[in-house]
Amino acid sequence: MSWTRKILRVNLSKGTCTPEALNMDWAKAYLGQRGLASKYLVEEVDPTCDALGPDNKLIMATGPLTGTMASTAGRYSVVCKSPLTGAIAASNSGGFLGAEMKFAGWDMIIFEGKSEKPVYLLMQDDKVELRSADAIWGKSAWETDDILHATHQDPQMRIACIGRTAEAGCLYAAVMNDKHRAAGRSGVGTVMASKNLKAVAIRGTGGIGNLEDAKKFMDAVDAGKQVLADGAVTGQGLPIYGTQVLMNVINGVGGLPAHNMRDVGFEGAGDISAEAMAEPRKSDGKPNLTTNAGCFACTIACGRISTVDKTHFSVKDKPQYHGASGGLEYEAAWALGADTGVSDLDALTYVNFLCNEDGFDPITFGATVAAAMEMFGDGDLTTDDTDGIELKFGSAEALVAITELLVTGEGFAKDLGQGSKRLCDKYKRPELSMTVKSQEFPAYDPRGIQGIGLNYATSNRGACHLRGYTVASEVLGIPVKTEQNDAEGKPELVKAFQDATAVVDSAGLCLFTTFAWGMDNIAPQIDAACEGDWSVEGCLEAGERIWNMERIFNQAAGFTADDDKLPKRMLNEAIKGGPTDGQVSRLGEMLPKYYEIRGWNPQGEVTAETRKRLSL
Amino acid sequence: MQKSLHIDPGKCTGCLQCEMACSYEHTGTFNPSRSYIKVFTFHDEGRFAPYTCTQCDEAWCQRACPVDAISVDMMTGAKVVSDDKCVGCKVCTIACPFGTINYSQATGKVVKCDLCGGDPECAKACPTAAITYVDADWTGYDRMMASAAKSLPSAEATT
Repeated sequence: MSWTRKILRVNLSKGTCTPEALNMDWAKAYLGQRGLASKYLVEEVDPTCDALGPDNKLIMATGPLTGTMASTAGRYSVVCKSPLTGAIAASNSGGFLGAEMKFAGWDMIIFEGKSEKPVYLLMQDDKVELRSADAIWGKSAWETDDILHATHQDPQMRIACIGRTAEAGCLYAAVMNDKHRAAGRSGVGTVMASKNLKAVAIRGTGGIGNLEDAKKFMDAVDAGKQVLADGAVTGQGLPIYGTQVLMNVINGVGGLPAHNMRDVGFEGAGDISAEAMAEPRKSDGKPNLTTNAGCFACTIACGRISTVDKTHFSVKDKPQYHGASGGLEYEAAWALGADTGVSDLDALTYVNFLCNEDGFDPITFGATVAAAMEMFGDGDLTTDDTDGIELKFGSAEALVAITELLVTGEGFAKDLGQGSKRLCDKYKRPELSMTVKSQEFPAYDPRGIQGIGLNYATSNRGACHLRGYTVASEVLGIPVKTEQNDAEGKPELVKAFQDATAVVDSAGLCLFTTFAWGMDNIAPQIDAACEGDWSVEGCLEAGERIWNMERIFNQAAGFTADDDKLPKRMLNEAIKGGPTDGQVSRLGEMLPKYYEIRGWNPQGEVTAETRKRLSL
Repeated sequence: MQKSLHIDPGKCTGCLQCEMACSYEHTGTFNPSRSYIKVFTFHDEGRFAPYTCTQCDEAWCQRACPVDAISVDMMTGAKVVSDDKCVGCKVCTIACPFGTINYSQATGKVVKCDLCGGDPECAKACPTAAITYVDADWTGYDRMMASAAKSLPSAEATT
């Protein structure tokens, strides 16, 4: 069966922890993790509620495959209403915490209400209790992790927690686990902080058995692992270079935005690429990259573990950053680097360490700094506004200084912590915020790659590549090559990617498997582990159901077709130079067709027929 | 031919596939807390090290056991614990210099690697060949070859 069939409801207002049976009818329709937690959220939370008020709920949920031997099956999601976007948030993380929750015997934890004082949840198999967080409130995520391990004298304990940015009200704070894995986007950490919940510490010893068909499952798992090992991206590209393998590729095809997306193409891309990470540094003869690392059960191991040169200006007098830690992934390297024009690899790595140490989304943070830099260059912001920091494109010193400031939550950090939408509104340059539904773009320019622009515009959690990674098809040719610059066929492509992604995100698996796996590799693993119809068709229908459910939540929260739009810069300011010279996003051509094939009306609303077809 | 588990920590990514395979083989559940092989993470060094019983020829655990619960599997050379005989006294866990035989609260017995009867699941599950099952005489072969390669005169020196 693979689900533990048990969820924990934690009422923080009352201080109670209550076990409940998992709603199996919902599990069979929404699978787990993102889909199933969203179903609970939709049923229990008023979409118009204040995201940072006690009526919002925070759900940490595993998938049915989480904790099994299926490759990458260690994922969990954090689901709530987002304070950054006001839309539904579902942020996905790897590491080891999700599997530990399953081993402790739980599918999901629902946090509701708000604790009067800071607390953390201690979960040791069946034994669950809320404890005072006095010793860890005000500490970074890394310190919190160390203190809880020491307190409970248990090196095997897995910990998810928030850092100081969440406590300071930064709207894009992450929930960190295992020190450098993050449920990173949409401010799910901020919601956790709003509930006075500092951490969740889990130790599980029960394991997972009772698969629906164990023999069939192990055969499907072995076959799946072989496909990943044989895949060019999953077997070679990602383990050797990490997601950073994309930096030179995307720059080469005219899809890498730079300088708050004013430009496409970044002259420093090579200096901050995977290849640069592997090269010995001139300064100390050692490479930035120390090793690669896998999350739980992952046979790809794309994770980067990096070390900064001890004499680098950013860490020179800070021995606590001289050891190895979570290194740059592509999105972080882009947002912190190309988007701000900074090409100092070690500075970016240090800033990435800080993103992990205090739990905030490097994409939104980097993009917000980039917007501030553009305003600084235009004179909308001066050093009077920025606590004296010369916020110029390309300045590694400014980036380091502003990141260290963000953690304090003081001065200009208060503005920065609101994200680029609110920052640009405040300084009267709303057109400079590169966002959809108030969430910042990741590292692919929607003018240079048409499908990803439609995906950004329609993503249920605001601009995000992880809702429908059409770049796989449009650039890498996976599963089939489509032309970057074609608008035709992209609505169908975006829908197919979005629905399939919802399945992967709900199963407990990592989306990166889809660089080699199709649904015909994924469905048999789910089907062998779980009761219910998890054929390819059954899976994809669940994916479509999940997508529409999220859309309906957002509609009820007040979102309309007017929110499915891209910034004017993407629609009107053509790319200058390079392989995509002259292009703009042709969102207007794609959106009506997308609504039509989704079964929505021209206003982008889910129709009664579609609801009925998907049993919504 | 006797074979041994050969562990190359430099290749390990810390994914725990070995722990899952081990626990599944021995308990029928995916449960790293009951795996006989453990992967240790050395965070600040960015290193991972799988570790398990090396199957000593003159096994200290076997010598220490007061009830002769540990015997040699004649096919594989593995030192195997008999659950029927083990009384859970833990003397073997004190005797073992490597800490690779351990008491299990779940069973009340000690548990250790038994080489899965000659087909170790950990080695099969490892995606990076950090764990392999090789001719027992040649567990040092890789390192020996790497050292030998270093002893070669450099390409420039020979031309």
